[in-house]
Amino acid sequence: MVLTKRIIPCLDVTEGRVVKGTQFVNLRDAGDAVELGAYYDEQGADELVFLDITASSDKRKILIDLVERTGEQVFIPFTVGGGLRTVEDIKGILRAGADKVSLNTAAVKNPQLISEASKIFGAQCIVTAIDAKRVYVDSRDIKGDNIIIEIEEGTYCWWEVYIHGGRTPTGEDAILWGLKATDLGSGEILLTSMDADGMKEGYDLELTRAFSERLSVPIIASGGAGNPEHIIEAFKKGKADAALAASIFHYDEYSIKYVKEECQKAGIPMRV
Amino acid sequence: MFYIAIVDYEMGNLKSIYKCLQHINAPVKITDNPQTILNADGVILPGVGAFGDAMAHLKQKDLIGTIQQIAMEQIPLFGICLGLQLLFSKSYEMGEHEGLDLFKGEIVKFDETKVDKIPQIGWNNVEFQDTHHYLVQNIPNNSYFYFVHSFYCNPANPDNVLGKTRYGEIEFCSMVYDRSSNIIASQFHPEKSSRYGIQIYRNFITHCKK
Repeated sequence: MVLTKRIIPCLDVTEGRVVKGTQFVNLRDAGDAVELGAYYDEQGADELVFLDITASSDKRKILIDLVERTGEQVFIPFTVGGGLRTVEDIKGILRAGADKVSLNTAAVKNPQLISEASKIFGAQCIVTAIDAKRVYVDSRDIKGDNIIIEIEEGTYCWWEVYIHGGRTPTGEDAILWGLKATDLGSGEILLTSMDADGMKEGYDLELTRAFSERLSVPIIASGGAGNPEHIIEAFKKGKADAALAASIFHYDEYSIKYVKEECQKAGIPMRV
Repeated sequence: MFYIAIVDYEMGNLKSIYKCLQHINAPVKITDNPQTILNADGVILPGVGAFGDAMAHLKQKDLIGTIQQIAMEQIPLFGICLGLQLLFSKSYEMGEHEGLDLFKGEIVKFDETKVDKIPQIGWNNVEFQDTHHYLVQNIPNNSYFYFVHSFYCNPANPDNVLGKTRYGEIEFCSMVYDRSSNIIASQFHPEKSSRYGIQIYRNFITHCKK
């Protein structure tokens, strides 16, 4: 009897359809979002995440409609993100039936958005999504406040926050931003490795662990899952609370049920 | 005509409960009207947010007496999440607040030295203490349900405990019941707990139709 680790399929959506990119470009259609969501619920997914990767003001109505339709068929918690900029945007999505929102670019540009939204809607429904990329350095001894980690013997890096769907580097340290977002009232962190995303070679375990060991809120590892072993590592070595994956589920490479059974065999508490 | 009333006192998302009940074809009204609530065949008291705010909203809408009357008249009443907590005597969330006092006991916060993270977010087991109870029929014991909470209830009367859950080193009461007044409540969210959560609502509806 323990709180289980969570397996979260991520549905990158544009106009209600699921897509998944390789390192955020070269999108490929993978099906109707609501249908896929209901299928994942049936399969044993613990939560769902919808990321509207092409979000712009004219897409807002379509997104709200998607949330409404999802609520009619999906009976597990679901998070919605992508282009949410204001408290009003957040309210619209939560009112439509989403359980949580994830904030990325808007929160980096205006951190007060996290604290305002957290105060109104509760920390449990504010997820901060961080896209982080390694910046390799020669040693720990460089100037500045960056948190530098020795990822293997003699190799050092820190992680830089990217915004605008991974297109724009900000110069900000991802771990420091994660700590700040938590202080401001974010209830969870959705942590995507820009280096690993789309590569299917496993999560950035050093990044995941660096966050899990320093932050007091649950960490959702994201980017790089290519097989069940990668997900097991994210929990065991990365100490993640939840693992997010997209393409391995969408293209039926591994079913959610199979992944959860493999995790359970590896000794990870799972709802199967 | 048969219907379930969801009490609307502007705390949290009622839509997911509404849609879950619609999914199982239960007629449902979201309402803050005392008469509509009293005429219902079953009442759901939902809630997400802070205890003190919730009691203030119930008071503002003149619903405290209504809910106590529901209990007195033995109309099935189902409290969910914060809705469970409000049924107790007292809560220590941000100060000290009086509750509806339909269950004797207190609402306390997880001791941070005994659990990993606060709030508890995710799926955890519920060990049913009375497997014959109508609410848990057709659900395997120790099934998983979805929790999001920092506070939990400590019923003064152990006979009120319908379900137990362990989080870190703490074993807490995750479902309560009172046979004499027809009240049940869960700390977890059945509407977010997939198949077995939906079954809980099915069982509730079946009970309300009796």
